[in-house]
This record gives sequence, C-alpha cells and structure tokens, in this order.
Amino acid sequence: MEGIGQIITFYILAGIAVISAILVISLRNLVHCVISLALMMLAIAGLYITLFAEFIAMVQILIYIGAVVVLFLFLIMLTLRLTDKDIKQTNEQKGISFILAGLLLFLLVTVLNRTSWNISPEAVVENTTSKIGNLLLTTYVFPFELISVVLLACLIGAIVIARKDKD
Amino acid sequence: MPEDYLWVALFLGVGVVFVAGGFIANWVARPSHPSDRKSSTYECGELPIGTSWIQFNVRYYLFALIFVIFDVEVVFLFPWAVVFNQLGLFAFVEMVIFIAILAIGLIYAWRKGILKWV
Amino acid sequence: MELLFNTQELIDSINIFLTNLCWNYNIPSWILTVVIMAVVAGIVAGFVAVNTMMLVLAERKIAAHMQDRLGPMRVGFHGILQTVADAIKLVLKENIMPKVADKTMFFLAPIIVFAPAMMAYVILPWSPGIIVSDLNLGVLYLLAVGSIGVIGIIMAGWSSGNKYSLLGGMRSAAQVVSYEVSMVLSILGVIMLTGSLKMGELVNAQKDIWYICYQPLGFLLYLMAATAECNRAPFDMPEAESELVAGFHTEYGGIKFAMFFLAEYANIFAVSAVCTTLFLGGWQGIPGLPITLPPIVWFLIKTYAIVFIFMWFRWTYPRVRVDQLMTFGWKLLVPLGFINILITGLVMVIK
Repeated sequence: MEGIGQIITFYILAGIAVISAILVISLRNLVHCVISLALMMLAIAGLYITLFAEFIAMVQILIYIGAVVVLFLFLIMLTLRLTDKDIKQTNEQKGISFILAGLLLFLLVTVLNRTSWNISPEAVVENTTSKIGNLLLTTYVFPFELISVVLLACLIGAIVIARKDKD
Repeated sequence: MPEDYLWVALFLGVGVVFVAGGFIANWVARPSHPSDRKSSTYECGELPIGTSWIQFNVRYYLFALIFVIFDVEVVFLFPWAVVFNQLGLFAFVEMVIFIAILAIGLIYAWRKGILKWV
Repeated sequence: MELLFNTQELIDSINIFLTNLCWNYNIPSWILTVVIMAVVAGIVAGFVAVNTMMLVLAERKIAAHMQDRLGPMRVGFHGILQTVADAIKLVLKENIMPKVADKTMFFLAPIIVFAPAMMAYVILPWSPGIIVSDLNLGVLYLLAVGSIGVIGIIMAGWSSGNKYSLLGGMRSAAQVVSYEVSMVLSILGVIMLTGSLKMGELVNAQKDIWYICYQPLGFLLYLMAATAECNRAPFDMPEAESELVAGFHTEYGGIKFAMFFLAEYANIFAVSAVCTTLFLGGWQGIPGLPITLPPIVWFLIKTYAIVFIFMWFRWTYPRVRVDQLMTFGWKLLVPLGFINILITGLVMVIK
C-alpha cells in the first residue's frame, strides 16, 4: 500500500466522500440524502483503513452506517413532508452560509498549512485494538468512565424529550 | 495491513457485480408486457388509498436511539474484552462500573415504559 | 487426500508454485495477484449461489418431512433439481416496477442487501490456511458489515411505495437493530477468553475444549440473536405473511426477489459458520474422539448442523408478535448478555 497505490486509493475514496457529501446537501429527497450520507461514511471508513486505523474504520461503519444512518431513516419516517418533491434544502440565507463556509475553509487551510506535523517515530501499530484497550483502561480511564455518564445523559435526555406526553 | 482490505473491496465488488449480472441476465431474457394494472401498488386487490409514505410512530425512533447508545457502549467493550486477560481485576472493576452506569439507563427506560412496544 | 488434511501446506505449495511460475516466465506479480483474486472471488460467488440452491431445497424437504409431506418430487430424482428450475424461472420473469416506486432506490436495495452478505465470506475460516483474508478485526468486521444490510431493507421497504412494504421494512429494521446488541454481547464472552478478534486464533484457542462448554449461555444467546438477525421464524416479523403480505419485498418479483432470497440464505450460512467458529471449535474435530476427517469436512458438518437447527426452529415455533419480539430482545436477551459477560469476567478474575 506504499506510494502510488496509496495515493490513488486516497483520491478515489476522497472523491467518493466529497461527491456524496455534496449530494447529501443538494438532493431534494430526504431518503436519498441519507443514503448518500451512508456512502460518505463508507468512503471515510476506507480512508481510515489506508491510514492503518482499522479499529476506527470498523467503528465508523458499525456506529455511523449501522446505527446513526438507521436512526436518521427512522427520524425521516416521523416527518410528514418527506414525499414533497419540491422541498428545497436551501433558504434565503444561502449567500451568508456560502460566505461563512468559505471563511471556515480558509481558516482550516491556513491552519493545516501553518502547523508543523510532527510525525511520530513510533512504528505503525499492528494490533490497534489491544493498544486502544490498554490505553483506555490505564492512561485514559477517567475519560473512559465519563463516556458512560455521557451516554446515560443522552439516553435519559432523549427519553424525557420524546415522552413528554407520559402519564 | 491495508492490503488485507483489498479483499474486502473485492468482495464488495463481487456482491455488486453478482446482483448486477443477475439483473442483466434478466434484462436480456425477460418478456415485457407492461400494463397499468400490473404496475399498480399491490394491496391484495383493493385500490390503494393515499400514499404509502405515512407518518410513523415515535417508538421506532426511541428504539433506534436506545440502540445507538448501546451500540456505542458495546464498541467500547471490544478493546476491553481483547485486553481483559492481561489486565485482570482492575479492568474488570472498571468495566463493572461502566456497565452499571449504563444499566441505570436501561432500567430507567424500562421503568418509563419505553421498552414496551404497544 | 493427504493435502485435504494439511490445507496450510497445500496453500503454501500453491503459492510457491505460482511465484516460481511468474519468476520463470517473467510475469509481473500484479497479474498473479489479479488472477488469484478473480479465482477466489469466482469460487466464493459460485459457492454462495450453489449453496443457496441446496439450502432452499433442503429447507423445503425438511419442512415437508416435518409436516408429513413429500415436498418437491417432480424435477429430477426426489426433486433434486427443483431449485435449479426455480432459478431459471426467476431469471426469465418479467420486470415489474410499481408506478409509484422510487426507481433508483428500488434497484439499489437488493444490491445493498446482498453485498454485505457477500462481504461476510471474507473472514470465514474453512480450514487451516483456507480463509480469504484473516483480518485482525475479524469478529468486529463481521458485525460492522452485517449492520449495513439494515439500510438495504429499509430502502426496499420505503422505495416500493407500498404500505405493507414500508411497515415490513421498518419493523425488520427495528428488529435487526434490537437484536444486534444482544448478538454483540453474546460474542464478547468468547473474545474475553481468547483476547483476539482474529478468526484463525479463535479456532486455535479451542484446541482442547470448545467454547460452548465455557459459554453455554453465550451460545444460546447467539443462536437466538442470529435467528432474529436473519429474519428467520419465529422472528420473521418483517414478512409476517398473515399481516404484511410479504413484508419489505412485497413489490419485488423475479430476479430482484431472488436476490433477497440469495442474501437471506447467504446470511444464514455465514451466521452458522461464525457460530461454528466461535463456539464449536471451527474446523477442529471433537476433542478426544478418534475420528479423523479433513478439517473442511468438520467445518461443513458443524455449520450445516447449525443451519439445520435454524430450519428446525422455523417449523417448530409459531411466529411471535411484534411487541413480544421487542420485549424478548430488550428485557431478556440484553440483560442476560450483560450477566453473561459479568459472570465470565468474574470467573476469569477469580482464576
């Protein structure tokens, strides 16, 4: 995966990701948007794999495609205006948003250019899962436990908001 | 290591080509006698009333939401399970705390009747 | 015959032979890679197709005999060629596209359901050395790939423009998603024992004793969750024909329907093969039993035994109601999965 192969793979995957991301914000039908979103997630998972981060790639597929996209689809089924073919994705604030997005892009490009990338001298980790496990349970144990509290808060918050009509 | 995933890409391709091949074979071999009746929505002989894209009940969304949260949780269980053998008691206690906090969420959802599909 | 037992050696010698061939005739190595990939892909795709035909026939025959009938008898000896005839018929069927359907999605849905089923075959360990690619993250990869299929089911249900389809698709998605959690939890016990996600290592770790002995609860949980994941009876809510006609594939006919069928049976085989690998020692024989069979034969025997159990389920249990299904998944299987992990962890810590 060295050299030219890696570059070609990167551009193919990045191209798919960018095109499907544009589709997500431009297609008129919400379901089509969500399916493009799934394709984008898949391309990004592919990018993670080219970076030797296979655990993250699998999590990307499992969580984002397998769970979040499904959640979005269920959410769309809750809306009534889904089938209107003339739904516009944009409103009168299009111009302002383009300017803001442009500024953000400029900021990101500047930051990326100015940063000096210190490439770690450590060799590529072959078994990322156990490495992540070790770090999670030793160095980062407090954030790890905090995650469960965050997840609990999400769960309870969602239930409280969605079940307002409760007895 | 990323080379291993060439096989994954290959099998994704095989899956797509397999189905596409079936469609093409069908396209070559099939008869075509379209009629209005044939391409109407199947509703056991009745004429369909209204569109099928209806508003769904909120409970589908709630189940999906609970699922997302538990899915994130089990993802964290994977690295833990892999290193569990090496770390022993310490890892076990940590995970018991982790699961216990989320179990509170499950019990809360249970008590609130979210897990009931009426 | 010797080589069937020592498949690792077989693969190695084939590799050496091919490398030498390339060396001698100055063939670039990438051509070799492409050829190997094409051959492997062809073999697996062929296996999926033939296996599906066999399983469909087996299912019909088993169902028939369980109900004291004969099943298909006309095409070939005892109906052996029945599914071949069915396959030809399905290819020759007219393409019926509902007027109100969302055409692109309608065509894409079978692909998105079938491709993940195909991708699961990358990590099935048939025999020592015979595995398409033993990924580091084997089990997690399997779960990740398996979770993509849900989108295809929702797409099929939604794009048909049929109330039954949409309801079936949504129910199916809710079900698959709910049972995925218990499926992962049932697998975690095995991973804790092995400390690896690689399929090859999981099999080798069971040399002395199968994990079903350490993880009986995990095995049962996996079996139930897998039945629900494959939308098989008694959890076949999505196609509950008495209420939803045929669920998400109501509007699908001919070859497009056949693709859903192929995906279903490809999934059943994959799920059974994973069950064999995780709990029944994979390609290894029964410890202590003096029968020597080639590893691949052991693997297939065990896998088809699990497939048979799935078929047995289907013709034994009545279909559950949708609310019972969700209650069963969330209030029984998920807590049991957590308890299984905690017990496993406790026992391992005490040891």
